[in-house]
Amino acid sequence: MLCKRIIPCLDVMNGRTVKGVKFLDLKDAGDPVELAARYAIEGADELVFLDITATHEKRKTLAELASKVAQAINIPFTVGGGISSVDDALTLLYAGADKVSINSAAVRRPALINELAARFGCQCVVLAVDARQTEKGWEVYLNGGRIPTGIDLFEWVGEAVDRGAGEILFTSMDHDGTKGGFANEALAEMSQRFHVPLIASGGAGTKEHFVDVFKIGKADAALAAGIFHFGELSIPELKQYIYNQKIPVRIL
Amino acid sequence: MNQVTIIDYGAGNLASVMFALKRMGIEPVLTSDPEVLIKAEKVIFPGVGHALAAMDALKAKGLDVVIPKLTCPVLGICLGMQLMCTHSQEGNVAGLGIFNEIVYQFEPNQKVPHMGWNTIFKLSDPLFAKIQEHSSVYFVHSYYVPVSKYTSAASYYGKAFSAALQKDNFYAVQFHPEKSGVIGEQILKNFISL
Repeated sequence: MLCKRIIPCLDVMNGRTVKGVKFLDLKDAGDPVELAARYAIEGADELVFLDITATHEKRKTLAELASKVAQAINIPFTVGGGISSVDDALTLLYAGADKVSINSAAVRRPALINELAARFGCQCVVLAVDARQTEKGWEVYLNGGRIPTGIDLFEWVGEAVDRGAGEILFTSMDHDGTKGGFANEALAEMSQRFHVPLIASGGAGTKEHFVDVFKIGKADAALAAGIFHFGELSIPELKQYIYNQKIPVRIL
Repeated sequence: MNQVTIIDYGAGNLASVMFALKRMGIEPVLTSDPEVLIKAEKVIFPGVGHALAAMDALKAKGLDVVIPKLTCPVLGICLGMQLMCTHSQEGNVAGLGIFNEIVYQFEPNQKVPHMGWNTIFKLSDPLFAKIQEHSSVYFVHSYYVPVSKYTSAASYYGKAFSAALQKDNFYAVQFHPEKSGVIGEQILKNFISL
């Protein structure tokens, strides 16, 4: 039986892991490769690296990171942050990344999804989308949640899947950082409507939240950063708890 | 220790396979030269991408002719395994014909790609020495090979399918041993000690 996945997310700036709350109060949290290796040993099913470096040096540092991670760890990983062309993705995938995640660049130029899927296959293309609930429904935001677009979340995800996105990484900005649980209602609707794997992000605070996001939110994977980095929840303890709730997870 | 040769034809997971071997202390040879390949002691045939594009890349280098003739142990991974079959629905392309099987697309009544860790069972060849039944390995694929006489490990996604195939000196896995943690490393070790 296909297991539900637990995915720690590492924010990276200038080649170092940073910890912060909603991109604020960033603190150096050490070498991302060392942290990644520890998570892999503890039983993480996959890893996501998100480069939040603001400069044009990003491309080079991200490729170097992808190569170092691929050399050190034996589980799949995704890299994202500023990928806007086939060339950007090529550099990262050939450095050893398994998938690339695209966000704002895909909204600005949706054909990017088709180009990546045609070149590398759908399985390499993760569409990351940040959204917030309004009176009209769920609205897509760009640039790490700073720019509202007026675009409907479900319409955009549907278009992205049609264009070749092989996986969706949905972050609810309303839930992100709250530690109050995932956006299960929206996730369940998304999981039912679109037949590609769905990664839930935003809101993880307790073990129960992960059980809920799989049972109620129908997510295929759950992503979290803070609760793992700050040591509030250990991956082996979390996975054992989920397993005990009769949800299929990989136990080492 | 035998020399391990990886077929270099532009497959997406080439770096990952190479790094996995290096972690095991093995320095693999990368080649797209049929002359080098025919003399190899162990061959890994990786693959991520589209079947049609991959077959074109193999043909361009004459690798489609040499791979079926290899007599040393050969391990196909993911798309590599699918290309070792007779035909793939992906791009409606003829494969290398090592395994007389057709590669089918997963029905869209479930999520595709089949992505993530899934269990393997009915393990029945030396590749799976020391591997327990129902161990989890990492899959990512949209096409599958049905269970057949060649099946040396099965998995289940809506239906049972071949997680591994074996015939004579040819071994193949649908999952990614290079991304399957310590279980995957053991499978690679088993292949290298064949």
